[in-house]
Amino acid sequence: MHELSLMSQLLADATAATEGAPIHALKVRVGPLSGVVPEALRFAFESLIPGTPAANARLDLEETPLRFHCLRCHADYATPLGLYNCPQCGATDSELRGGNELELISIEVPDHV
Amino acid sequence: MCDTCGCGDPHLHPHDHAHDHAHDHTHHHEHGHGHSHDHVHDHAHGHAHPPARTIEVQKPALALNQRYADQNRGWFRAKGLTVFNLLSSPGSGKTTLLEHTLRAVPGCAAVVGDLQTENDANRLRATGAPAVQITTGATCHLDAHMVAHALPKLNLDGVTRLFIENVGNLVCPASYDLGEDRRVVLLSVTEGEDKPQKYPVIFHNADLVLITKCDLAEAVGFDRDKALTIIRQVAPRAQILEVSARTGQGMAEWQAWLSS
Repeated sequence: MHELSLMSQLLADATAATEGAPIHALKVRVGPLSGVVPEALRFAFESLIPGTPAANARLDLEETPLRFHCLRCHADYATPLGLYNCPQCGATDSELRGGNELELISIEVPDHV
Repeated sequence: MCDTCGCGDPHLHPHDHAHDHAHDHTHHHEHGHGHSHDHVHDHAHGHAHPPARTIEVQKPALALNQRYADQNRGWFRAKGLTVFNLLSSPGSGKTTLLEHTLRAVPGCAAVVGDLQTENDANRLRATGAPAVQITTGATCHLDAHMVAHALPKLNLDGVTRLFIENVGNLVCPASYDLGEDRRVVLLSVTEGEDKPQKYPVIFHNADLVLITKCDLAEAVGFDRDKALTIIRQVAPRAQILEVSARTGQGMAEWQAWLSS
């Protein structure tokens, strides 16, 4: 939830990093445990960019899988939301290794900037 | 002046550190080549772009809340406070649980969040413990900044445990670290055994899942085995306790957990 305010923050961070130069693309990483819906993030992006340095930018969303490390058998596994048992040994004692991100990874700007 | 809320308190607000600067990662390519990414591009434009370069940022969207949360955490530690963030649907029994807890356990205080009214803080203050209300207006969750503003209003002499009763909401509060030590997610027997499957994010992050209103379990046909199985699937690292604040069932175990 809150994709609009979160995307607003991401755009502010992007603009700060480029000091207001035109932005070609934003690369954003979003995981299933972030509580954020990628489609809503994209909709927020389209709503917010007009009249900004990102007005013609592309949004590259990297949707990361939910990944765990089993503390019992040391398997690394990916799993859908809500089902976290280790597929190898069935243990529920595992450590989150990825899938809760919402972050601005990088920005693409014109080369002469 | 604080950009977040417009207040002028210089002590509450972390400074913008230099580590937020972007790294320049020179990476020339023509737009329109296939990138070796494993995600879908949305190419909305037909025209060719001039050569471009990539600037690495690597910054979480919630970095500012995290800074406030970390600041709160440091402050709590300095004051010797153990802090609990209570999360649940509206009406799961957070305030009633706290009423009984604040009466029974010395050295407790509470911060309560609601959109409107001071009702919950009034109820908690009636126990004799310090409590302060945050009225968010329309915001559906507490964030670390709001909590930071509320803390100076509390008399924390002799207090070792602080409860933050979050806004009743199983969605948004999950994303906002408040600086707490432990997250407690309440699930009342009237809400349905599969609730954790419907709200996996908030349950996944729980240190304790507290099943409440157990005195009503029989009346609503609560399937305890099913609920426990589902909680263990969705929140495998959470402890589970069952209570009825009204009858006192499980309250000793709840108080023991607070000290563990």
